[in-house]
Amino acid sequence: MMPASSNAIMMTVKGGFIAFSLFAALILNMLPWSGFWLMLRPDFLALAVVYWCVYHPGRLGFGAMWALGLVMDVSDATLFGQHALAYIVLLYLVIHLHRRILMFGIKHQVAHLFGMLLVMQLIMLLVRKVAGADFPGVDYFMPSVTGALLWPLICRILQWPERRRPEPV
Amino acid sequence: MAYQAPTFFRRGPSPLARLAFFSLLSLLLLFSDARFSYLDNLRQVAAVLLYPLQRLAGAPGAVIEDVGEFFSSHARLESENTRLKQQNLDNAAALLRLQTLVAENAHLRQLLELHPRFEAPGIAAEIMYEARDPFTRRVVIDKGSQHGIKPGQPVMDEIGVIGQVTRVFAWAAEVRLLTDKDHVTPVQVVRNGLRAVVFGIGEEGTLDMRYMPNNADIQEGDVLVTSGIDGVYPSGLPIATVTRIEHDPAYAFARIHCTPRTGVSNYAHVMVLGERKLPENPALEVEVAPVKHKKPRKGSP
Repeated sequence: MMPASSNAIMMTVKGGFIAFSLFAALILNMLPWSGFWLMLRPDFLALAVVYWCVYHPGRLGFGAMWALGLVMDVSDATLFGQHALAYIVLLYLVIHLHRRILMFGIKHQVAHLFGMLLVMQLIMLLVRKVAGADFPGVDYFMPSVTGALLWPLICRILQWPERRRPEPV
Repeated sequence: MAYQAPTFFRRGPSPLARLAFFSLLSLLLLFSDARFSYLDNLRQVAAVLLYPLQRLAGAPGAVIEDVGEFFSSHARLESENTRLKQQNLDNAAALLRLQTLVAENAHLRQLLELHPRFEAPGIAAEIMYEARDPFTRRVVIDKGSQHGIKPGQPVMDEIGVIGQVTRVFAWAAEVRLLTDKDHVTPVQVVRNGLRAVVFGIGEEGTLDMRYMPNNADIQEGDVLVTSGIDGVYPSGLPIATVTRIEHDPAYAFARIHCTPRTGVSNYAHVMVLGERKLPENPALEVEVAPVKHKKPRKGSP
C-alpha cells in the first residue's frame, strides 16, 4: 500500500484526468454532509490539489487554485475570498515543499500534510475572526486530521491510472 | 555593453510574487464582500452555474432515501396513516374553531378600527443541505427567485419559526436560522404579553434573551412567540421556551436561556411565508396633523 516514491517510473498524466479528479473532489465536498460527519469532513478539493502539486508540479497554477477557492466560497456560502486565500497559501506551501515531501516515507508525508492543512484552516479561522465570528472550538480542526489520514488513500486512488502496466514478456 | 545570459526556462514571476498577487486579490474580495455587497451579482451567477453540481451531489442521498422508503414496512405506514388520520380529525376541530375565531377577531378589529393582522400565503420548500461552515447556522432550500422567493421572507415548519431568507439564487435560497450568531428576533411572552428580544448565539438549540431587567416577569417554562413589531415575522408564531434564568446582582440584566421549538435536524420540509406588507409609516400623519390644525385658526379672527 505504499504510494510510489519519487524514483518510481510514472506515466505522464492526462489533463482530462486531473480535471476529472478535481471535479469529483468538488462533488465529494458538496455532498450533503451534516452534524458529526460534517465536523470530520476533510477538504477533498484541497487534498486533490496537494496531490497534483506534489507529484506533478507545474500542472496546476495559482490562477486555477484561486478560481477553485471562489467556487468553494459560493458553494459553502462563506465570504468571497476566504477559501481562495487559504488555497493560495496552501499551494505556495506545497510548491515550496514538494521535493522535500517526496523524500519522506508515507508516515512523514502524513505529518507534512497535517501541518499544511492546519495552516490552511488557521487562515480561514483568521478571516472569520476578523469578520466577527467566535472561535468554534477545537473540533474545527478535525478536518485537518482526517484529511492527513486520508492522504495514503488519495495517493493510491489518484496514482491508479498512471501506473505502468507490466510489459508483456 | 553588459551581456546577460538568456535564461534556460521561462518561468514567469516567482511563486512568492504570485502568492502576494493572489493574496492581495483575495483580501480585496474579502473586504468588498464583508463591508459592501458589490459581489452579490457575481455570487448569483456562480450559484446558478453550481446548481446542477449541487443537485448531482444530493442525488445519491435522495436515491438511498427513496429505496429505504420503498422497503419501509407496511405496518409502519399503516400506523402512521391512522395516526395522521387521528391528527387530521383533531386539527379539523381546531381549524373549525379557528375559523369562527378569525371571523370574530376580524369583526372586533373592525369595530376597534385596528389594522388587520398579517396573513400570508406560503411556498413549501425542501431543505437541500446545511451550510458547510461551522461558524454559521444556515440552511439552503430548493426554492429561489424563480419561485417568487425574496430576501427577508420568514421561514417556518409545522412547529414554529426557523429563520428568514437572507440570500436568494435562481433555484435555491439561503435561510439564516434563529440560532445563527447575533440573529435577533423580537418576541412576546405568551403568559403576560411582555415584549423582549432573543439573540442567536451560533449554537444549535440555544437562544439568549438579553437586556431584560432582573425583576422582569419571566418564569422558566414561559412560551415565547413572535411579537411581529420587526416587520419581518408575522406575530404569534411560536419561537422558543424559557429554560433557565440566572439572576446575578452584579449585572443589571438577568441571563435568560431559551430553547428554540425547532431544530434543523428535525425537519426536511419548510414553509416560506409571503412578504409582509407593513402599514404606512405613521410619521407622515404626524406631520400632516398640525397643518390641518392651523388652517381654521387663520380664518377664525
